[in-house]
Parts: sequence; structure tokens; C-alpha cells
Amino acid sequence: MIHILYFAHLRERLGQTEEKLPAIHATVSDLLVDLATRGEPWKEALVDNSSLQIAVNHDIASRETQIKAGDEIAFFPPVTGG
Amino acid sequence: MKPSFPFINIQKEDFDLTSEIATLRQGYKNIGAVVSFVGTVRDMNEGENVSILELEHYPGMTEKALEKIRLEAHQRWKLEASLIIHRIGQFSPSDQIVLVAVASQHRENAFYATHFIMDYLKTNAPFWKKETLPGGRTRWVDSRVSDKEAEQRWAT
Repeated sequence: MIHILYFAHLRERLGQTEEKLPAIHATVSDLLVDLATRGEPWKEALVDNSSLQIAVNHDIASRETQIKAGDEIAFFPPVTGG
Repeated sequence: MKPSFPFINIQKEDFDLTSEIATLRQGYKNIGAVVSFVGTVRDMNEGENVSILELEHYPGMTEKALEKIRLEAHQRWKLEASLIIHRIGQFSPSDQIVLVAVASQHRENAFYATHFIMDYLKTNAPFWKKETLPGGRTRWVDSRVSDKEAEQRWAT
């Protein structure tokens, strides 16, 4: 399984904090394409979103990053702390 | 148990600048400079009054990101000690949000490192702000181009 987390604006837009899915995706991009098949707001928030930030196991990642079972994958908007 | 990152604190509670700096300096006799930055909640943003500010983070990743920034500062400048405290939760205007404190033998290194840590924190540490306006409307704060530019001035 993979563990997926959503934060801030993205969490509210998707109405979901986290979920677990089978580890069947090779890359973050594959996972995003799969999530987008749920329709809106998933497609717009995750795929048609150039400012989407991605982390895999607490490190900043990209759509090309490879993923495997046990990984924690997070999606969030640009950060605004401080 | 020893915390994994003893110089990083993400907390709901407020902090006291004087006691935090006293703790940071404890045991060092070679420190000649302590620089601190405290970020606080403004009562206005994007031309509108703000009555409540909420801050959320990504537990686990945020601590790691802050420690990475702190260690990067120690690599770039000769520092004796440093500390980052960032609060999360719900705040009112004038509340304290963040403290960065850096101690070094000479002032220049502490000035630069404090500025660097704040600029990097703004664009690299996973925190998000949500504002409530006086009428009750809420909005997520957008990241600023100026913050990205501030980070880029430290590019090596």
C-alpha cells in the first residue's frame, strides 16, 4: 500500500485528509493520472495544477519520482509559513 | 527520549524570547553576537483586515525541512548555535508566530544566517496560513513571488 496525504487548500478542495491505495503505480505521475480518473475536483486540483507541490517520504519530489509500497506521498499547495 | 531535532520546535504554545536566547547561549563563552528574528501576525493582508490566522504544517516533513535549513546555515557561516521555533494553531493579530535565533563569535555571521534561515523557511518549510476576515470569510494565503526572489539571493 501507499499512504497519500493532502494539505491545506488541497485537502479542503478534495474533502480528504489522507487515504491508502494499493502500490500499483511506478511514478507520482502515474498515481496522479489514476486519481484524476475520479473526475472533478481531482483532475483540476492534481493534474491541471502547475503549482502542485509533491513530497515522497518527507522529501520534495516531482511527477517523475518513482514510488513503491510503503511510501508516504503528500500533495500540497506552495508553502506560506513564517 | 532525546528529540530528533533538539533545535527545532514546532509548538502551539507561545515562546519567550529572553528565556529562549538564554537557553541557546548556555554553556558558550565564545559567543559575541546573538541575532534573533520574531515574526508576528499582522492585522492586515492584501488590503483587508485579518481577525484570525490559522497555521497548519506537515508533521514529520516540516521538522526535517527546518533542520535541513538550519544545518545549511551552519555550513555556510561559522555559527556556534541556532534555534528555530514555529508555532501552529490559531492566532490573533500581534501574536508571535516564528522565532529564529542564531549565535556566533562575530555579528556578521549571525546576521546573515538569521536572514538566510527566514528566507529559506518561507519557501521550503511546509506550513500553510489561512486567514479569517472580520465578516467570517476565510481564505488561504497565496505564496508570494517576492519570497521566492528573497530565497534566490542566497543561491550559490
